[in-house]
Amino acid sequence: MSDMPMVRADGVSKSFGSNEVLKGISLTVDPGEVLCIVGPSGSGKSTFLRCINHLERVDAGRLSVDGQLVGYREKGDKLYELKPKEAAKQRREIGMVFQRFNLFPHMTALENVMEAPMRVRGISKAQATARAEELLARVGLGDKGDHYPAHLSGGQQQRVAIARALAMEPKLMLFDEPTSALDPELVGEVLDVMKGLAKTGMTMIVVTHEMGFAREVADSLVFMDGGVVVESGDPREVLSSPKHERTKAFLSKVL
Amino acid sequence: MTQDDRDHSAASTVSSPSTTSSPSDGSHPVAIKAIKLRHPWRILISVVLVILLVLFVIDASQRSAYGWPDVAKYVFDRRISQGALVTLQLTVYSMIIAIVLGLLLAVMRLSPNPVVKSVAWLYLWVFRGTPIYVQLVFWGLVALIYKTIDIGLPFMQPWISIPNNLALNVFIIAIVGLSLNEAAYMAEIVRAGLLSVDRGQEEAATALGMSWGQTMSRIVVPQSMRVIIPPTGNEVISMLKTTSLVAAIPLTTDLYGVSRDISAVTFTPIPLLIVASIWYLLFTSILMVGQYFLEKRFSRGVGMRRPDKKVQPIGNDVGGKG
Ligand SMILES: Nc1ncnc2c1ncn2[C@@H]1O[C@H](COP(=O)(O)OP(=O)(O)OP(=O)(O)O)[C@@H](O)[C@H]1O
Ligand SMILES: [Mg+2]
Repeated sequence: MSDMPMVRADGVSKSFGSNEVLKGISLTVDPGEVLCIVGPSGSGKSTFLRCINHLERVDAGRLSVDGQLVGYREKGDKLYELKPKEAAKQRREIGMVFQRFNLFPHMTALENVMEAPMRVRGISKAQATARAEELLARVGLGDKGDHYPAHLSGGQQQRVAIARALAMEPKLMLFDEPTSALDPELVGEVLDVMKGLAKTGMTMIVVTHEMGFAREVADSLVFMDGGVVVESGDPREVLSSPKHERTKAFLSKVL
Repeated sequence: MTQDDRDHSAASTVSSPSTTSSPSDGSHPVAIKAIKLRHPWRILISVVLVILLVLFVIDASQRSAYGWPDVAKYVFDRRISQGALVTLQLTVYSMIIAIVLGLLLAVMRLSPNPVVKSVAWLYLWVFRGTPIYVQLVFWGLVALIYKTIDIGLPFMQPWISIPNNLALNVFIIAIVGLSLNEAAYMAEIVRAGLLSVDRGQEEAATALGMSWGQTMSRIVVPQSMRVIIPPTGNEVISMLKTTSLVAAIPLTTDLYGVSRDISAVTFTPIPLLIVASIWYLLFTSILMVGQYFLEKRFSRGVGMRRPDKKVQPIGNDVGGKG
């Protein structure tokens, strides 16, 4: 168990029509590890994250989470596509946080957090409420439970979104540029919540342009460009002395 | 003109010195008291319109052809109110079936299955591409085409064969004809509503492990109601009037049919047209009031979504849980 990686990608490839977006991504993420993915726009970072929870289908290569193949079942030497129900079951174990929050606008913060545990896990309303209140308190929004998303700041909305993902008790959390849509003064409060989460030992994959966060929190860093992993390693090392020209060019622009 | 304005505001400033003396401490600034812009053409057009309208009313009240005594006599006639009830029933039943069928067609059109999608498209093509009047005549003749309802294997002697009595009941035929036609329009309204919901909503729900059915019923459909309800109100009003076309089947127990039948005997078509119109107007007015309140309620949901508005929530007046 301890030597089995939480995420293992082996030559993961994905095309949209003739546009090959991922060209053989290979990497592993150990349990409790925080991996940051950086790279220019269009390099396939979001697509890779979306493959991990099967929002996109992988065309070639193998991708597994916690030892389980994502989206397929292997029987003999054949792969069988999972039924929607089975795919949904895999997704429960993986939390995802989006750049644009995607909170449900017709529900209060508390209802946003309660919805999936009640509908998907089938826990009682009382239990879901208690758990949601606890999670909102954990992201510093204990007093905002009855607010609708429209009445919350961007930073508060993103923290609700994190609480919503955590409510499903995932073993892996995916963050797709969680602070890119925020005003600069609100970035810190979201990063603080993520730092706290990393300290609890949550396995996290974070696509971000926040190099300070990568340097401070990440255990490893991957630089992606044009659908391939160009360089990876210890974040402090990669950020201070990149080996590849493309990494250097990218970092000189963002740092 | 500008000189005039300036004089006026200067005067008002002088006349209320207390308000201008301390503008920075939060007291009200001076109200603008400008001379209103005049619209001579507007006034002229209004006067002409009112005169024409009054002349028309006076003239109409004196013309015997309108048969006002007959209007008064028949407006509360039992046969007329029975017909009005039939019209209401046709409207309500047809709309309910059309909404359910329209939802189904909308979902079919958004389906990833190309066959399902094409079938829905074909349905819309046929039912929106032919006149409702022609469709109603067709449904009236359907009993001639399908004389019996056969159950069994295709191209073999049927196991059960029952006479198609259903197709002889003109009331049911009318509802079938009206609702199948309306479903095509409802499908487009529902589809527009579903497409108006941000794709990220479906994605977030899916990522949480919710099934497609849960995502639709809990997340997408409730948010699409804001877009679906106002045009559906229009469709109800439109359906109420379209029911007068059931004469094509022919069904003659509806409001317009009854008024026609009466006038065929009394030879007073004009007063009975007025009687029918009064009832149609009454119903559409009631529906318009209902629609006004529905739209107000659902536009409040939009106001809620303004990102720059940081008001405390009003409680549970928005959202499905209420
Ligand atoms: N559903 C889709 N259909 C077609 N093309 C897509 C789709 N999703 C992504 N792409 C394409 O794949 C490429 C990679 O997109 P992706 O969103 O993964 O990049 P990214 O690294 O996340 O970029 P950004 O930093 O801008 O978010 C882009 O060229 C994009 O146009
Ligand atoms: Mg992206």
